[in-house]
Amino acid sequence: MFWQNPLRRDRMDREWREEMESHLQILTDAFLAQGLAPREARSAALRQAGNLTARREEIYRMNGIQWLDSISGDIRYAFRGLRNQPSFTAVAVLTLALGIGANTAVFSVVNSVLLKPLSFPDADKLVDLELVAPGAGGVLSSRGPGLSTSMYFTYTEQNRSFQSMGVWTSRAVTVTGLGEPEQVSANVISDGLLQTLAVRPEAGRPLTGADQVPGANGTVLLSYGYWQRRFGGDRSVIGRKILVDAIPREIVGVMPPGFRVADTPAELILPMQLDRRQAILEGFSLRALARLKPGISIPQANADIARLLPIWARSWASTPRGAPGDGGFAQKLFLSSWRIGPNIRPLRESVVGNVRGVLWVVMGTLAMVMLIACANVANLLLVRVDGRQSELALRAALGAGWARIVRQLMVESLLLGAAGGALGLAFASGGLRLLVRNGPSNLPRLSEIGLDSHALAFSAIVSILCGLFFGLIPALRYAGPGVSLTIRDSGRTMSHGRGRHRARSTLVVVQVSLAVVLLISSGLMIRTFQQMRSVRPGFERPEAVQTFRVVVPQTLIPKGEDATRTEQSIAGKVAAIPGVISVGFASALPMDGAPPNWDGILKEGQSYAQGSVPPMRLFLNVSPGLFGSLGIRIKAGRDLTWTDIYGGRKFVLVSENLARELWGTAQAAIGKRVRANDGDVWREVVGVVEDVRHVGAQEPAPAVVYWPVFGQLVYAPITAASRSVAFTVRTDRAGTGALLNEIRQAVWSVNAALPVANPETMRETVDRSMARTSFTLVMLAIAGAMALLLGLIGIYGVIAYAVSQRTREIGIRLALGARPADVRRMFVRYGLSLCAMGITIGIGAAAALTHLMKSLLFGVAPMDPVTFAAVPATLLAATLAASYLPARRVSAVDPVKCMKAE
Amino acid sequence: MMILRTLNQGPRHGYAIARHIHDWSKGALEIEDGSLYPALNRMLHKGWVKAEWGVTENNRRARFYRLTAAGKKQLEAESTAFNKMVRTIQLVMRTSS
Repeated sequence: MFWQNPLRRDRMDREWREEMESHLQILTDAFLAQGLAPREARSAALRQAGNLTARREEIYRMNGIQWLDSISGDIRYAFRGLRNQPSFTAVAVLTLALGIGANTAVFSVVNSVLLKPLSFPDADKLVDLELVAPGAGGVLSSRGPGLSTSMYFTYTEQNRSFQSMGVWTSRAVTVTGLGEPEQVSANVISDGLLQTLAVRPEAGRPLTGADQVPGANGTVLLSYGYWQRRFGGDRSVIGRKILVDAIPREIVGVMPPGFRVADTPAELILPMQLDRRQAILEGFSLRALARLKPGISIPQANADIARLLPIWARSWASTPRGAPGDGGFAQKLFLSSWRIGPNIRPLRESVVGNVRGVLWVVMGTLAMVMLIACANVANLLLVRVDGRQSELALRAALGAGWARIVRQLMVESLLLGAAGGALGLAFASGGLRLLVRNGPSNLPRLSEIGLDSHALAFSAIVSILCGLFFGLIPALRYAGPGVSLTIRDSGRTMSHGRGRHRARSTLVVVQVSLAVVLLISSGLMIRTFQQMRSVRPGFERPEAVQTFRVVVPQTLIPKGEDATRTEQSIAGKVAAIPGVISVGFASALPMDGAPPNWDGILKEGQSYAQGSVPPMRLFLNVSPGLFGSLGIRIKAGRDLTWTDIYGGRKFVLVSENLARELWGTAQAAIGKRVRANDGDVWREVVGVVEDVRHVGAQEPAPAVVYWPVFGQLVYAPITAASRSVAFTVRTDRAGTGALLNEIRQAVWSVNAALPVANPETMRETVDRSMARTSFTLVMLAIAGAMALLLGLIGIYGVIAYAVSQRTREIGIRLALGARPADVRRMFVRYGLSLCAMGITIGIGAAAALTHLMKSLLFGVAPMDPVTFAAVPATLLAATLAASYLPARRVSAVDPVKCMKAE
Repeated sequence: MMILRTLNQGPRHGYAIARHIHDWSKGALEIEDGSLYPALNRMLHKGWVKAEWGVTENNRRARFYRLTAAGKKQLEAESTAFNKMVRTIQLVMRTSS
């Protein structure tokens, strides 16, 4: 429409002016013709034509949209005003940008992790078929038991709720035949899993049922990343063979980019060849996914599984040739004692897991920072508007309605909000890039995090809301119907009334109280971190221990003893590297997150009573020298030796807490005998070692039984080796690239087909296990620091302003004999009283809120007295400084000059 | 409507329209000449009239307004509606007296 074009409108205005001029001339001509004098004719014409200027204005307005017009004027005006005060604008925009940026970044994380559906078609129908076993004790750490092979068969054959389902597990495999041997992660999937996820390969074909029949030819799917990395995205790789754990497998397809089963990324996808004839009741290690049939709810599916569990327990045996149900024993153990039950959850929920709490805490925290930032900007605006009172009063006097003035002020604050939002978006995208690169690796869906349209919309809304929020306070305060009063009030003879300061003081109190809440939360996290770091994990100087993992595939070295001897000679070669003090290896290391192996144990004279289950202990397989290299102290007895191991002697070590529990003291345990179950041979306890916090610094040390890396198995009379072992190398060179190269050479000098995987120092392992705490800590500390800074700026601003506004009053006081120190103290006291009020409110709020963080804390109570005392003290001290600085200016007031000015 | 009717007889400039209405109503309608222009502006927007610069009989530059097809239709519609209203009023007046 043409009226939207201001250029066009100006042209039309010109035309109207010309036309009216010509109208006048014609009219003048007519009067001239009637015989009037030229001047009289002109004035008569003007009279007859009426108020042409008013008509022109009327037409001009008609040709535009008035409010749009005046708003664009407001925007130009506001823009000019902001440009004229660059320091005010910079502070306000920066404050907002920090707040909005931080919030947008965290919102993006929350959105990507918690809110966005998983990237599978129809993902809300996907469920994780978990189980619970409340009676099984510590067998199954956080994540309930997995499915056993037999459950898979019972479920797939008899369920009524699922369109399709499949099971999967992940493990590390060794790929050889492509240059250096490499250890990569693989997902091993059963038939039905890809169908359930409904994902087609990018190239080639998916794995089919035929690939999953026991004895079928070896096949493998590549992940997109692996395909790009190792084959440069070459499509001709399909049909080629690679060696996986020394077995040739044909590449049949490539998965699309970003594909992962649930949230476990893997380079390779292998078919799982489940053998019905080998399936037994136990072996709860598989994870399962299913797609619900349309119209089936999760409770219905749970009821379906609850129906299937007794059928399962009746139909299968504990050993491949045992009787189904083992004469009711399985029923008793799994259903009555362990109380295995279904716990089906939406896949998204199980992927997101326990970060939900952390993320909401962080989000809430940053929302508070945002409020503080808004309060601060509102305060700045109040100062600014204060200085513009006479201008506003003048505008009101000239006939501007108060709504018009409010609008002008709002436009200005919205403009600030928009500028802050734009800059904040830049901060957010930078911050997110940092987070994705350095974030905690255990944050699920980390790779999906990024700014998307939702995040953009979020930051836009936040900017606008902020603009409205902090703009409304000064607008309503100064542009209300009573605006004309201010002309009188700003008379020079009066000192400013207290009412003027109430709004700003309230804002400062709010700021301080929010800052108190944030500082207390971050204080609690710092204390938690301290507690976790100060806990003795059971081993020494983790920064001087280099670890790496080596897997010896059965297909490469078939005999168990040879595998262990290979591992032993690797340890020997590595020990010969200059600077290495000692070397050991074990099936799993403390806090490394490897899947735990838990089982019960019996001491001599004990037997499994029917249906009762002994408490679960962590089982680890260790080499001689492991304890020495980790710095785990041997409390009684001795370490294992290679002679013990190869001699087939049935020795074990136990942790100190287990020794105390079973035999009273560490000493008493030596020479005692234990076994894992009634069929097992007796094993002699030769040593007791210090407790180690295997699960993480915040978890108590579990009771551990240390088995040799090579020896007779617990369940069957077979001697076997631990084929996936983590080496621990104590050396001051830990963590250097040079050491790692020498380690690789040492491993390859033993066997060139063995890759070195997951190299990291023990310190890194420990830090990783604390990633959640340190992530929360960093976020809260950033938020707390911002809150503190903003709060102090707020107090400083209020005091500085009060001093500048009350110069006259100060002058009078000084002239009447007040000492400058007393006047200064008056202002400091004012600042402190605001702060104290804020602290009181803040402590109340914090006491109510910190119990929400309980799950994040360790070794600290939510009402930790140290934190609750330290934060207010720090804040008061900081306030003292923040209000003393501006109060010092009192001394600069010269009473004589001040009085003269009156 | 009166402006439209005036223009129905051919394109005219603003002053002529004002004269015409003045004469037509035999001076009964005293409108300021200026108030004509906002009305013309409105009609321009609605597309009832078109404006072109031209020269008057006295060699003055002026803008001439011409009725468009839409304007003619509007005039017809308005006259019909007006006539109907007048007839209705007459009917009411007659029956009630």
